[in-house]
Amino acid sequence: MTENGQNRGYIARDRDRQPDAYTPGYKTSVKRSPQAALLSFPTTLSEETSPVFGHGLIGKLDNDLIHNYAKPGESAIGPRIIVYGRLLDETGRGVPGALLEFWQANAGGRYRHKKEGYIAPLDPNFGGCGRLITGEDGSYEFRTIQPGPYPWPNGPNEWRPAHIHFSVFGHGFAQRLITQMYFEGDPLIPLCPIVGVLKSQQAIDDLTAPLDMNRTLPMDARAYKFDIVLRGRRQTYFENRREGL
Amino acid sequence: MVQKLEYLKESPSQTAGPYVHIGCMPNFSGIEIYGGSDLGRSMKTGPVKGEEITVTGIVHDGMGTPLRDAMIEIWQADAAGLYASANETRGKADPNFTGWGRSPGDPETGEFVFETVKPGRVPFRDGRLMAPHATLWIVARGINIGLQTRMYFEDEAEANAEDPILTRIEHQSRVPTLLARKTGEGAYRFDIHLQGPDETIFFDF
Ligand SMILES: [Fe+2]
Repeated sequence: MTENGQNRGYIARDRDRQPDAYTPGYKTSVKRSPQAALLSFPTTLSEETSPVFGHGLIGKLDNDLIHNYAKPGESAIGPRIIVYGRLLDETGRGVPGALLEFWQANAGGRYRHKKEGYIAPLDPNFGGCGRLITGEDGSYEFRTIQPGPYPWPNGPNEWRPAHIHFSVFGHGFAQRLITQMYFEGDPLIPLCPIVGVLKSQQAIDDLTAPLDMNRTLPMDARAYKFDIVLRGRRQTYFENRREGL
Repeated sequence: MVQKLEYLKESPSQTAGPYVHIGCMPNFSGIEIYGGSDLGRSMKTGPVKGEEITVTGIVHDGMGTPLRDAMIEIWQADAAGLYASANETRGKADPNFTGWGRSPGDPETGEFVFETVKPGRVPFRDGRLMAPHATLWIVARGINIGLQTRMYFEDEAEANAEDPILTRIEHQSRVPTLLARKTGEGAYRFDIHLQGPDETIFFDF
């Protein structure tokens, strides 16, 4: 693509909005953080392209963690919730057809993993992972149970706030992102060293999902809204006109 | 006061944590789901064009210890230099090659493996050809935002010498950290060092 072409590449990542690699409060980062400066380059086709995941990939229960690992007729234990939102880019447009994967602890704060030794029990009907492909306007929704907080070895008495991990693809590999969603009102949020790597209250708020009583299903499941924003592409005049923005 | 620019801000990254495999490679982590197959375990869906290669490596922390809980992703062009992407406009990529793979790293040794093809050359922004390369993306506990690097090939000296990115790196002594070493017929080694004297070059594209 030439300088005058349609493709103007991705807007540079705002590193002031992103955590640093070296964050000693989160101890594991100390020996896992590059010390040299990142080398900055404009995006090329290698970063502006991305793998394709078709809707055909997704099974019927993939976005239902209450049932996708449960025995027939049974369901996972815990507060039933709906997580919904939109995947957007920095220009405000929805990102359709994008793969979202999510994983979480069960209602007791226990992950289904061989290396996990927390005394809280496993739920035989809960696997802890799900996935979906975003809709035409970037919207998504899945069902799960609210995960519990859990202790972890960092400081002498460290607890993670309840959270759901998200892995997100966009239309360019430059947009690749992994993040976590927190729940409105969780008193552990301000105490957590992993939340603490975020550089501003705004950044924490951007990862905290509010309860949405309008979307809540009576006698069924509470709803939490979580929008995710990926890097945007530099727009051209013609693109802006076409989209009518 | 001036008018407001109406842009949203990219969501902040958070670490993938120690259990990234539950979400991204559940069957590898022991959760039988999604029909038993994890995304990205195979980059080939049939006979592929070009030279088939195996890339192995280990991600080391600043103490030289292998990361055994990382997840490594690869994204690359096919043998003709075309991406299997919805927005690839230069032609149609090899239909049997996804260009994208995921490796969990061996639970004991940390070694990652990609069964792939040697990528073709892809144009840089100004039309000059870049040397054959793959994008690698590394996430793990303790990594706050996914680390992006590129794997070039040591045996592509001529192409590397004119690569628009490699030639613009100030500390040329670090360029070898981006070169996969040929260790046999169709076999390449690409070790990654997060820190230390051999620290891999990481990019901010
Ligand atoms: Fe977690």
